[in-house]
Amino acid sequence: MFLRATPRIVLPALVGLHLVVLLAGFFAPYDFASQNRMLPFAPPTRIHIIDSQGKLHARPFIYQWKATAEGVPQYKEDHSAVFPIRFFVSVPRYEIVGIVGFRWRLFGVETPARIFLLGSDAYGRDQLSRLLYGGQISLFAGPLATVISLSLGILLGATAGYYGSWIDEVLMRFAEVFLALPWLYLLFAVRAFLPMHAGPNQIFILLIVVIGVIGWARPARLIRGIALSAREREYVLAAKSFGASDAYILRRHILPQVSGVALTQAALLIPRYVLAEVTLSFLGLGVAEPAPSWGNMLAALQHYEIIGSYWWMSLPALALIPVFLAYYSLLAYYTVQDSSISEAIWKHREGFRPI
Amino acid sequence: MARYFARRILSSLLLLVSVSILSFVLLEFAPGDFYETLRLNPRVSEATVNALRSQHGVNSSLPVRYFRWVHSVSKGEWGYSLAYDSPAAPILWTRAKNTLLLTGTAMILAWIIAIPFGTWGAARRGKAPDWFVRGTTSILLAIPDLVLALLLVLCAVRSGYFPAGGMVSFDFSEMSLWAKFRDLFRHLFLPCLCLAASSFPVLLSHTRTAVLEVLESPFITAARGYGIPVRRLLFRHALPAAANPLISLFGVSIGVLLSSSVLIEVIFGWPGLGQLLLEAILQRDFFLVIDSAMLATAFLVSGNLIADVLLYACDPRVRAN
Repeated sequence: MFLRATPRIVLPALVGLHLVVLLAGFFAPYDFASQNRMLPFAPPTRIHIIDSQGKLHARPFIYQWKATAEGVPQYKEDHSAVFPIRFFVSVPRYEIVGIVGFRWRLFGVETPARIFLLGSDAYGRDQLSRLLYGGQISLFAGPLATVISLSLGILLGATAGYYGSWIDEVLMRFAEVFLALPWLYLLFAVRAFLPMHAGPNQIFILLIVVIGVIGWARPARLIRGIALSAREREYVLAAKSFGASDAYILRRHILPQVSGVALTQAALLIPRYVLAEVTLSFLGLGVAEPAPSWGNMLAALQHYEIIGSYWWMSLPALALIPVFLAYYSLLAYYTVQDSSISEAIWKHREGFRPI
Repeated sequence: MARYFARRILSSLLLLVSVSILSFVLLEFAPGDFYETLRLNPRVSEATVNALRSQHGVNSSLPVRYFRWVHSVSKGEWGYSLAYDSPAAPILWTRAKNTLLLTGTAMILAWIIAIPFGTWGAARRGKAPDWFVRGTTSILLAIPDLVLALLLVLCAVRSGYFPAGGMVSFDFSEMSLWAKFRDLFRHLFLPCLCLAASSFPVLLSHTRTAVLEVLESPFITAARGYGIPVRRLLFRHALPAAANPLISLFGVSIGVLLSSSVLIEVIFGWPGLGQLLLEAILQRDFFLVIDSAMLATAFLVSGNLIADVLLYACDPRVRAN
């Protein structure tokens, strides 16, 4: 059903999403840390084209939120002034991923009005901006950790499978230890032994490395299997008899066969790792405030009154669903093109044949 | 057979030992300890902290600490929890019981639903039931358990019937037996549903695939030719033949359930191992961290052992080898 979409649609959508998130500074109207203490839990701003007098405006505009009660986040629109939405507003210089300086934001309104397309949080910070900036951490944690897992898996798996004997024995016993622990317990336990408090960048790198390294065992086992069977093939024996070096055989004959498994493993691991980062940050073991991640944005929902009253606070959770769908449909495509996802995993496991 | 199982048990034990060694080695690299937060209190002097440290052997070398831990495990104490200021074992056992209650119920629920639906989907391949089964699988698979749990908490908060957290009400000890049961059920319902729903799609699609494979084999065609009714054919002939991969999956599914239960326990305030693990991490109470990871591993390993025994009992093909 949903999972029949081909990479032609899904891949550009995913790449686009990652680009938007990377350029969060441009697409977000505010900085992730800019607070409006007077506007906690403001609902999403409504965009109008007809004002309260019934006059039509050519340019869409918004009204300011005005608190109706003291101390309680209840708002109504203040009809005394209209604030048209401006595009390509110039702002003080900010940096995109800490490299390129930039002076423009896609849209915004004049102060004192604030535009909160997805509402605001307890400190009156714009949820949309935080969602976009948070994606820089949550969405990229997955692919980056997967790169670590797969490189480790390919390196160790190919070594174990190709050289065999005691290297194989040692590595695979070691892998078994990693596979024996329930995954999240392992992740938490390893996280427990690492520093809790550091800058957001260090924590981000730490998380990627921990998540990636812990997941090395499964891809390594799969890749070992391929290397093991490839080692016995005639063309490898022929290459050996011509005096080819081990490095050459690994590069020329074994690694090319690994690419299929590596791709499917990537599509399987990325969403899992995205969720791992979100979970860790949700539980306070990951990226800490004020830097946003989808996980620590969701942490506010542990207070029942927030989850019950302000629906826009749960948007980061809903944002995860299309991301998951996208990766799983890729997985389904890469394994068997015409079936649902878990069937695809199953078939893949059973029917893999090295060429 | 006895030799086979003896070997399996021995290798499981070896695995547990290596996990414990691995965690102690990791512990060696851990910065900070429990007493660091104690030092933040100005009334606690450096000397007191150092005295406490040497009393609990935090400063001693890795092998010494490891063997001390092994010794306390053999005494049934499982190390010493600094945060609770008591041996770890009693804390662990209550938590482990709660986790087992939650994951056990969820597992039974998930399997009970998955087997008939998966078989049904396989029997009507390409028809409406099959589409229903595959659609449910896809949708549930795409919803992360974190999102599902939050959604269910939202339901609990909005509806007000289900309590949004905890395991029992505060006046639990004064209730009658029936009221106790109902109270526990109401607290158990949502986290259990959430856990079951997170493992359900995998079980469902594996059941479907396994049964589908069997249904294509010649003996099913023959049985159909004898005029055996479809329901009997499916549940008496096809399902037992398809049991092999499902029983292996049963062992694996314990690990998956334990993993997702960490998060769900925290969200629903269920006082289980996962919650204990998180508390212990935040307080840097390392014995509890190691112990709960060890217990979770032990559950997983014993799940795999049980799966092996079941496989041996159910599948004559395994017995023949």
